[in-house]
Amino acid sequence: MIGLTHFLAVAAILFTLGVLGIFLNRRNIILMLMAIELILLAVNINLVAFSAFLGDLTGQVFAMFVLTVAAAEAAIGLAILVIFFRRRGSIAVDDVNRMRG
Amino acid sequence: MHPIIFIVFLPLIAALIAGLGGRWIGKTASKLVTTGALFAGVALSWPLFIGWLGGGAEAEVVPVLSWIRSGDLAVHWALRVDALTAVMLVVVTTVSSLVHLYSWGYMEEDPGQPRFFAYLSLFTFAMLMLVTADNLVQMFFGWEGVGLASYLLIGFWYHKPSANAAALKAFVVNRVGDFGFSLGIFGTFLVFGTVSIPAILAAAPSMAGATIGFAGMRVDVMTLLCLLLFVGAMGKSAQLGLHTWLPDAMEGPTPVSALIHAATMVTAGVFMVCRLSPMFEVSPDALRVVTYVGAATAIFAATVATVQNDIKRVIAYSTCSQLGYMFFAAGVGAYGAAMFHLFTHAFFKALLFLGAGSVIHAMHHEQDMRFYGALRKEIPLTFWAMVAGTLAITGVGVLGLFGFAGFYSKDAILESAFASGTVHGNIAFFLGSLAALLTSFYSWRLIFLTFFGGARWGASEHIQHAVHGHHDSPDEEHGDSAHDVGMPAEGTAGYHPHESPWTMLVPLALLALGAVAAGMAFEHWFISPEGAPEFWRGSIAFSEHLAHAAHKTPLWVKLTPAAVMLVGLYIAWRNYIRVTDAPAAFVAQFPGLHRFLMHKWYFDELYDWLLVRPAMAIGRFFWKRGDEQTIDRFGPHGAAVLVGAGNRVAARFQSGYVYSYALVMLLGLIAAASWVFWWTR
Repeated sequence: MIGLTHFLAVAAILFTLGVLGIFLNRRNIILMLMAIELILLAVNINLVAFSAFLGDLTGQVFAMFVLTVAAAEAAIGLAILVIFFRRRGSIAVDDVNRMRG
Repeated sequence: MHPIIFIVFLPLIAALIAGLGGRWIGKTASKLVTTGALFAGVALSWPLFIGWLGGGAEAEVVPVLSWIRSGDLAVHWALRVDALTAVMLVVVTTVSSLVHLYSWGYMEEDPGQPRFFAYLSLFTFAMLMLVTADNLVQMFFGWEGVGLASYLLIGFWYHKPSANAAALKAFVVNRVGDFGFSLGIFGTFLVFGTVSIPAILAAAPSMAGATIGFAGMRVDVMTLLCLLLFVGAMGKSAQLGLHTWLPDAMEGPTPVSALIHAATMVTAGVFMVCRLSPMFEVSPDALRVVTYVGAATAIFAATVATVQNDIKRVIAYSTCSQLGYMFFAAGVGAYGAAMFHLFTHAFFKALLFLGAGSVIHAMHHEQDMRFYGALRKEIPLTFWAMVAGTLAITGVGVLGLFGFAGFYSKDAILESAFASGTVHGNIAFFLGSLAALLTSFYSWRLIFLTFFGGARWGASEHIQHAVHGHHDSPDEEHGDSAHDVGMPAEGTAGYHPHESPWTMLVPLALLALGAVAAGMAFEHWFISPEGAPEFWRGSIAFSEHLAHAAHKTPLWVKLTPAAVMLVGLYIAWRNYIRVTDAPAAFVAQFPGLHRFLMHKWYFDELYDWLLVRPAMAIGRFFWKRGDEQTIDRFGPHGAAVLVGAGNRVAARFQSGYVYSYALVMLLGLIAAASWVFWWTR
């Protein structure tokens, strides 16, 4: 029987993967965006799982909101990325350090 | 309205118009306004003065405004008109107006003429405020006003470092005197509860013998007050100790020297002592100090004047010396004689200064007398004016018949000093006679070097500039004597001095008239035992007894000034006309004496060593050690260094990489969450 714990475990694994994806990835920003999506999805799984097990639809409604926002965010993120690439000719993460103090 | 209102305030209005509006109304209008105001003042002052001579006038006080009211202290602006004020009004307005006129010619090529005339008129206003003061605070206002104007005019050519230094020196040295003066005013208010001069003078005799605690001692109150006020007078009148600023003040334009540093401002101290004479009469000790300081200044300045080569400095030391005469006259109680000498001195000293200005004008701002010579044929009018001034200052005259201005006033001073019968009076008589000899010597030396002998201006840089087409601007006038010792070679370098324009000659002529006739004309009213009490009418503490005694001095006392005058004339004639290498031989024989006099008795060096250097050392200590190495180091600089260092450390965290920021965010989040879980349970 698959219980709440399993869902939460999957979500935790996904969240950890996403976080590590942000920190450990040195290649390019697209991967970083994908990692952020992964974090959001992990949160979504948590929301849906709690919603199902507690019998409260609010969680699932929230999950839909998160998906919407995530889609918008991905669109904006990619748009910025395109412009960034045009200007700098690279989207390697290690090249993106213009804010260096 | 009383004419005194116009006399005092017209120069102020003219100064404001010329000073603030000079840019728009132009230089000619500025000069017209200021000079016109001053001549109007002359036209109003002389009738006032003549009214006093006629004996029909009464002392009056013209109220203007209420100024300060605080507790017991009540100070009013009020103009006091009595015989003493009338004398000063005539002196100030006459000399000032003539100097204004003279400046038309002398300052012809100067770009800052509206400013110059505005300062001159401002000075005149302040001086008139001083001499009409009804209370000590108002006198102090005028006192500081003339100090300010003097500062502005000495530093008129503000792009010359030496002029700025001289202006600062005059201001700073005068602060010392003013400190004494203001302490005197405070003390007077403390003792008498008022600053009104008539009230103080009325109450002064009752204070004889009273004592007051000062600096931890019990001292005689009137002596203390008089001495404090006299310190103020010493500063303003350049008496020994506080005299160092006056010779340096010659950096200013020559008309300024004539007006401020000869005829009017420097006599303010004498005026103040005479105005407060009933107060000084209460304290014999203070009078003794006044006598000694005056006599010492007379002899000191006269000795220094004998070796100066700058024509203006000779006259400056001469002024200092003559002020000494006035003070010791006041010190022995002969206030009438002091005021008489002030009056005649204003004419002949202004004349000498303006004459020197005319010579300097003719010689393209060469001021060194060694580069003059033979000028009597080139500028004869100036020559005769200077001779009149010299005859007046040396006191030429025939007893009971005729005399130039100084003959009456200086003789009156010496006779009064002798007649006073006191020890300090006799010392003053002796020193004064010796100073009269030196006065005669240096005055004739000036005339002989400037107007007689061979022409020596060929070697002068100023003349060579003029001959070779470079036109000197007026501000090239300089007071340093950088030339070598000894006489330059004779030669004219093809240059012929030109006589000054009429604007400069008319004042010379009028002042020469004063120098010739002022003594004879006014002796009766100023000093004679018959006319003087009726003239002064209590405005000064005139002593009929002393005046009688002075008239009855032995014949040898009366003849002494004339005798020493002839001796001085002979020495000057022998050394500078007859045997012209005698001065050099004398210097070679007594090099120490010459050096002592050349360095003005080492006063500047002494003050430099005693005051300036320690002050500079203390200043440098506080600047380097105190400010830079303590306050700055740990204060602003320390904070800046700390911020800079912290900045570099903080900047290292700013890698610019998004993931490191994200990591920090995450760590922060975890920390915040942990805190919430662990500490708020």
